Amino acid sequence: MDRFLFLTFDGLSRGAVYAAFALALVLIWRAARIVNFAQGAMAVATVYAGYSVTNATGSYWLGFVVAIVGGLVLGAAVERVVMRFVDHSSPLNGVVVALGLVLIIQGVLGMIYGNEFLPAPTAFSRDAFEVGGVALLSRYDIFVFASVGAVVVLLTLLFTRTPTGLRMRAAAFAPDVSRLLGVPVGGMLTLGWALAAAVGSLAGLLVIPTELGLHPTAMDVVFISAFTAAVLGGLDSPIGAVIGGLVVGLLLSYVSGYLGATVAPMAVLILLVVVLLGRPDGLFTRARTKARAA
Amino acid sequence: MTTSEPLLDVAGLNAGYGAAPVLRDVSLSVQAGQIVAVLGANGAGKTTLLRTLSGLLPATSGSITFDGIDLRHVKVERMVRHGIAHVPEGRGVVTELTVEENLRLGGLWRGKPKLDDVYELFPPLAQRKSHLGHQLSGGERQMLAIGRALVAQPRLLLLDEPSLGLAPKVTAQIMALLRDLRDRTGLAVLLVEQNVRSALSVADVGIVLALGRIATKDTASELAGNDDLRHAYLGF
Amino acid sequence: MTIVRDRVATTLHALPGKRRINPILVVVVAGAIIVALTYTLPAFRTYQLATVGAYFCVTAGLTVLTGLNGQLSLGHGALMATGAYTLALWQNKFNMLIPGVIVAILVTTAVGAIIGLAAARLRGPYLAGLTLAVAVVVPSISSTFDGTFNSDQGLPVALNPPPESILVEQWQAWVCWIAALVTVLALAYLTRGRFGRDMRAVRDDETAAKLAGISVARTQVLAFVVSAACAGLGGALFAVLSQSVSPGAFPLTLSLFLLMAIVIGGLGRLVGALIGALLLVALPAIAQEIGQSAGSQRLEGNLALTFFGVVLVVVMIAAPGGLTSIRLRRTKTTRTRNELKQKGR
Repeated sequence: MDRFLFLTFDGLSRGAVYAAFALALVLIWRAARIVNFAQGAMAVATVYAGYSVTNATGSYWLGFVVAIVGGLVLGAAVERVVMRFVDHSSPLNGVVVALGLVLIIQGVLGMIYGNEFLPAPTAFSRDAFEVGGVALLSRYDIFVFASVGAVVVLLTLLFTRTPTGLRMRAAAFAPDVSRLLGVPVGGMLTLGWALAAAVGSLAGLLVIPTELGLHPTAMDVVFISAFTAAVLGGLDSPIGAVIGGLVVGLLLSYVSGYLGATVAPMAVLILLVVVLLGRPDGLFTRARTKARAA
Repeated sequence: MTTSEPLLDVAGLNAGYGAAPVLRDVSLSVQAGQIVAVLGANGAGKTTLLRTLSGLLPATSGSITFDGIDLRHVKVERMVRHGIAHVPEGRGVVTELTVEENLRLGGLWRGKPKLDDVYELFPPLAQRKSHLGHQLSGGERQMLAIGRALVAQPRLLLLDEPSLGLAPKVTAQIMALLRDLRDRTGLAVLLVEQNVRSALSVADVGIVLALGRIATKDTASELAGNDDLRHAYLGF
Repeated sequence: MTIVRDRVATTLHALPGKRRINPILVVVVAGAIIVALTYTLPAFRTYQLATVGAYFCVTAGLTVLTGLNGQLSLGHGALMATGAYTLALWQNKFNMLIPGVIVAILVTTAVGAIIGLAAARLRGPYLAGLTLAVAVVVPSISSTFDGTFNSDQGLPVALNPPPESILVEQWQAWVCWIAALVTVLALAYLTRGRFGRDMRAVRDDETAAKLAGISVARTQVLAFVVSAACAGLGGALFAVLSQSVSPGAFPLTLSLFLLMAIVIGGLGRLVGALIGALLLVALPAIAQEIGQSAGSQRLEGNLALTFFGVVLVVVMIAAPGGLTSIRLRRTKTTRTRNELKQKGR
């Protein structure tokens, strides 16, 4: 039972990271109908940038801010410089270009930083507090929950309460009508990419120190988990992405805990196959799909 | 007809899709406080005319002047700032947003949008503020689209087929509303319609498009009274 | 689907021309050239030539799947790993190369059939995501069952030495190119007949294909199976070439390289697959030389990676049909651009 509790909290903590990363995928999917396969690589690039700043200044938080701001800039740049010029008449084109970006980013990172695992710093201890004799949560876990929670709340407020959020939603749903109403649709798309990439960077900052460390391909497996989470929740649903992320986190934690860590990647693959074949629209998109059809 | 400087002045306008020109040498003008009906058969270029005026479709040649500004160099998303509102065919309600959000969207460019006037104008909308666009009836959607255009407080309203799919009674209400707005606020309207009778009932001037050219241009009462024209171009 | 529409145009243009040239003739001439090359090139170049042959098997199969059938797979690196590990296990037990290669193909075909069954129900980003997951996850299986696959260290591959009269590299090049030419010949005939027509029909318009009585799912699964068999063969050849297998030899980037190769070469054409295979060997070699002359180890592998990525992005934006279609594409692009302009996008 103690072990189960520990694994549950550990899974929720991991799941929060997947939730954030899945949320980033959903943001871009909703804005541009592209699954950003380069998101993992983009996040790693910004974490490297943060790492350099932390090393140079000795301040974790300065590096943290640089990574997040770097995400904003990189996301905007990818949309403005590359994605805007892709012929989106075939969904394959966007996917292939994103994969090209993966190669570029991983290659450039390797050239600058080398292909060894670098130790990534953390701001908080990962030693768990004991609650009633059971080690449950570390300061780091609380930091993860707090930052992912903050992102979810801020994004919700942005999209439901602010004019910019309204513009972004309108631009995604009905670009031509939005332009007639004075919405700068291209700018909203850039903003969507920027926000998504920044959220991806946050996920990278949170997860990389808990895994092997910093490496150009560090987010490959995380991407698969987050993609599974996003598909599980339905690519169109931000709430679905968060719940999907927590579910995938729990699953991975239980599988690693009871069956061994090497089985975990297989478990994600199996879950993805089951979801794709069983419910490809995800668990949370029913109302919306119906709405679209009407 | 008044002879003052027109609000909208179009001269020698050509536009089209790909290699096929749709509009050929179209010239027209709209005065402030005037309702101009654009009539014609399917495919005559009515919708293309509105899309070209609001910049959704670039003109290949000709000039579009609005209150002294060359509109051909104004981006679509800036049109609303110049006082031009375009209600596209099929109404253009963003069905994934609520009634309130659709209306707010219309006035976003000017900061604090005033929605109360629209709710007063269209009481059914006031009762469905939080409904999503796709939950509305056809008439309600049309009200929402027009209401949203009015939130922007335009000087020229480009209205594409407002009667499409609506009951005659609702159509008549909308036409009456246009006339009322024109009288109260001096709004100019370029009204594209298939429903010739109701369009001419409200318009000051009628323009008949045929195969992308202006076939004839006259006061609405003349057009409605001229049997030959009606038979030749308008089919009633 | 611009890629696809271009491809229809290319196939239609290409068909009469292709009919005139007998594929057997092409293969015989190619075989003669290869043999001649193996006697003239230095050993290292001959080894590279052999590698091109091994890659060609895979890119040819992938080109059929993605170019002719419109299914994107990012998992063919993992299928190569399947073929390579199967051959390694077989050789270490029985040491009989030809049956081993056949077993490797069969096992990979079976794995491909399973993925293909799932793939046939998926579209666009979902299919890409699933195959990406396969590419990322499958190498980790070697750690899950480390008793059989020996984790990250991998396995050696037992091979009988070739007859003394020929060099190892020469023998490797012959083996790889016999396999490649047989593969290409088989694919050429396969894609000309009814199967090829069905695949193109499904790619261009699934509904229309269905109405024409084509079983869409069956065609898609078959296409996946065929390309998986090719990947299994290619993987087995790689095991022969490097005489060892390890998960590190089949990373996600291998799958991405394969995709890049067929995209750049031009989707749906076997000539494009050959160009792609050549690039897969040539570009890293060039990058390595640049890296060595710059004296930087970091540069070697990563320069190739970056280079591949840049080429992929640039080709996709400038000529989504790949290098072989650039001519066709240019006229088309200007036309599309004008259309877009007029639509005001």
